[in-house]
Amino acid sequence: MSEVLNALFLALLVILAGAAVRVRDLVGAVLILSAYGLTMSLVWAGMGAVDVAFTEAVVGAGASTVFFLATLLRTLPREQPRERRARPATLVGVLLLGGLLLLAIHEFPAWSDPASPASLHVSPRYLRDGYRETGAPNIVTAVLADYRAYDTLIETVVIFTAGVACWLLLPRRDP
Amino acid sequence: MTSIFVVVAATATVLTLAYLYRVAAGPTVFDRILGLSGFGTSTTIVLILVGCVYGRLDMFVDIGLGYALLNFVGVLAAARYFERSDRR
Repeated sequence: MSEVLNALFLALLVILAGAAVRVRDLVGAVLILSAYGLTMSLVWAGMGAVDVAFTEAVVGAGASTVFFLATLLRTLPREQPRERRARPATLVGVLLLGGLLLLAIHEFPAWSDPASPASLHVSPRYLRDGYRETGAPNIVTAVLADYRAYDTLIETVVIFTAGVACWLLLPRRDP
Repeated sequence: MTSIFVVVAATATVLTLAYLYRVAAGPTVFDRILGLSGFGTSTTIVLILVGCVYGRLDMFVDIGLGYALLNFVGVLAAARYFERSDRR
């Protein structure tokens, strides 16, 4: 049912990534990356991880686009022309690495397999006690905001510090 | 019933390629920004349809509204930046 949609979203992601690399205009590349963020959040939403989807949309499609555009406004908007032909060694390396990764795929458990090793460690406890302990109906929210609350809090502090540092370092724009 | 939603969502996803072409090829920056706005609108529709497929429409409508707002604000921010610069 939704495998078709997931495959379509992932194909769209590949197309978007290729387009972002190939396009010559850097503003175009940034806007394509924003579309990539929206599509990625669709993939997350399709997996049922709604909070991750929304974070991806806000950060990947919203904030980073604005930051990139602000940077481009202060610098050159065009990519410097350069040699674009892939060297044979690079091509061979990429194909080898990709082949190795494809070979390793069949070792993975099936997608959303409840008997996979990663799902048997702490997940059953979260699924069993999560709602009673946290009161959050979405288990992803419960793990992110309650069980990993300190992690999320310190992440917020790090991002706040980085923002303050950027604000202090960047020169004010002359009107 | 769900198969209808899957077909419509798949069609809408394929049709976003038209917007994507405008974003990638558009001669001016404004073509690209408008293309991205249309892409965001299609994405919102696909998100709602995914919600229909999963039968969790109430939750996905909330996220869809957030997407739409975010898309609007993003396009406004981009347009504002380019209004301030003298480049087209």
